[in-house]
This record gives sequence, C-alpha cells and structure tokens, in this order.
Amino acid sequence: MNAITPRIYLITGTRKGLGKHLAEHYLSQGESVVVGCSRGHGTISHDRYEHYELDVTDEKAVIQMVRSVRKRHGRIDYLLNNAGIAAMNHFLTTPYAQAQSVMNTNFFGTFLLSREVAKLMMRQRCGSIVNYTTVAVALDLAGEAVYAASKAAIESLTRVSAKELAQFGVRVNAIGPTPIETDLIKHVPEQKLQALLDRQAIVRYGKVADVINVVDFFNSEHSDFITGQTLYLGGVV
Amino acid sequence: MNKVSDLVLEVVRELGSDQENKALVNADLETPLFGRNLDSMGIVFLVTDLEARISEEWDLAITLADERAMSQNTSPFRSVKTLTQYTQTLLDEAKTSA
Repeated sequence: MNAITPRIYLITGTRKGLGKHLAEHYLSQGESVVVGCSRGHGTISHDRYEHYELDVTDEKAVIQMVRSVRKRHGRIDYLLNNAGIAAMNHFLTTPYAQAQSVMNTNFFGTFLLSREVAKLMMRQRCGSIVNYTTVAVALDLAGEAVYAASKAAIESLTRVSAKELAQFGVRVNAIGPTPIETDLIKHVPEQKLQALLDRQAIVRYGKVADVINVVDFFNSEHSDFITGQTLYLGGVV
Repeated sequence: MNKVSDLVLEVVRELGSDQENKALVNADLETPLFGRNLDSMGIVFLVTDLEARISEEWDLAITLADERAMSQNTSPFRSVKTLTQYTQTLLDEAKTSA
C-alpha cells in the first residue's frame, strides 16, 4: 500500500474492551490518527483521537461519519470492524429480538461500515479492511447459534467483498479471536470458557497483543497479496 | 439546466474521460447510461463519485443506490436525465428531513 503518513484508522466499538485497547495501541504508534465510534460517549482522551457517537446500524449516521472523516483527513487507510455483541443462548430459547439485534450490530454494522469506507478506499486506490469473526464459527459452538451465524455471514462477506474490491487495491480479511478476557465474555461461565479453550491447539486465553499482531499482518504493505482470508487464533481450524 | 443536472453531467463527463468513452465525454441529458455506455462497474464508479460530489456541494449524505433505485421497473441509472431526476428527488427529501 502506498499510504502516506499519518495513517488514518477507523475503529468501531472503541468505548471499551478490545476496540479501546486497539485504539490506544495505534495512537501510541507514530503519528497515526484514530477515529473511533460507539453508541456511548468516547472514553479515550488523546489529541489524535476523534470519537463519533453513533450506532453502527444507523445508515445515515455511518455515511455522515465517513464523509466527515474524508473531509477532515482526505482518506482512511485501515478499517477495523471491531464493534460487536455476543449472545449466548440455547437456540430454542433465543428471542427473535435478540437474534435481530445480534445480526444487526455484527453483520449489518460490518456491512455498512465496509461499504461506505470502501467507497473512499476505492478512490484512493488502496486500503485494508479487517473484519471480526470468532472461533465459534469454526467450532460450531453449542449455545452460540445466532452469534456464530452472524459471524459466519461476516466471513462470507469478507470473501466476496475481497473479490469485488481487489481491483481497486482494497483488501478485506477477517480475524477470528479465541476468548480474550474482555467485557464480551464477562457473563460466560468459567467452565464453558475452559471447555472452549480445551478445543484450541494452543490452550490459553487470547491476548490483545495476539489480535494486534494479526491486524498488523493484514494491514502491512507486505501483505498486498493477501485478501479474503480468515485467520483464527489459538490453532483453531 | 439546473444545478443538479450540471453536477450529474460533470460527473458523467469526467467518468467518460477516465473510461475514454466519447459518448459520455459529450454527454447531454438524453445520453443513455446503464446498459449502453456503462456496465455495472461503471455504475459503481458513477454512484460513488456522484455521492461524494453531492456531499461536497450540499453537505448532504444521500445513498443513490437505495432500495427504491434497485426496485424500480425503470432504473434511474438508464440515462443522465433519469439519474438527474432521481438525484433531485433524493436531495429534496434529504433537505426536508435535515
């Protein structure tokens, strides 16, 4: 990628958890600018951080944010579709409203952000989009039917959009983290988590640094031959 | 001609120049677009360019390829004229709800 400095990151879901850690990490890297968003107010205070309060499923708000970033910075180099919600529930007792909510935030949020940011990346002829899936897809985890389905949709979106956007120099890949000790899994019983860890080739919790490593790999200019891929952490296949 | 048609024509002509398409370079309101001078990829370029220009010009965020555009029997992308009319409709709605 021929991106010029400073690099402009757009990271969704930066109010807490992994998104916040990622934003803080990239703010500590050189002159990078991080644009973040969440449904609530921003929790990061940094002169190169800009926060938008919005719901990633609100089409108008997403369009306005991307255009505002374009006006301010002229480009977006990296999009990290980090915003997501988890829902553990037996398939038979999953309320329809919960299923819709999970699908909306996880899939439609990723779709909307990717579509709008890709329009800008297409014009600049380069860009890297990193989507977020989960090992629950590969492992077909019981109790996560809707969550896994929403992430499986993201994997498919990743592969197809990668094909459609490759000709414009825009790459799309997905990372599938194992459980990381963040807010997303705070309500999951310890026993369930251990059973999940036991299905990984490398049995331990993921760390933020593991995610950063893969994100950096996907975003690296040396990865310009890599698109449409899903990479699971922990040796999950 | 009004401002919207001027803008649509400008974007169409620029795209024609990029694609070395003489009909688009010399476009007027009657110039056909989708199916004649632009394929589906050409429409993608046209839509994204036009949305960006509208955002710059009027500070309004509209999505040209919305549900109505995709479900209309007669596509708004079939000529410069129909695209101008459709863009005007979306702009009027956006101004009303702004």
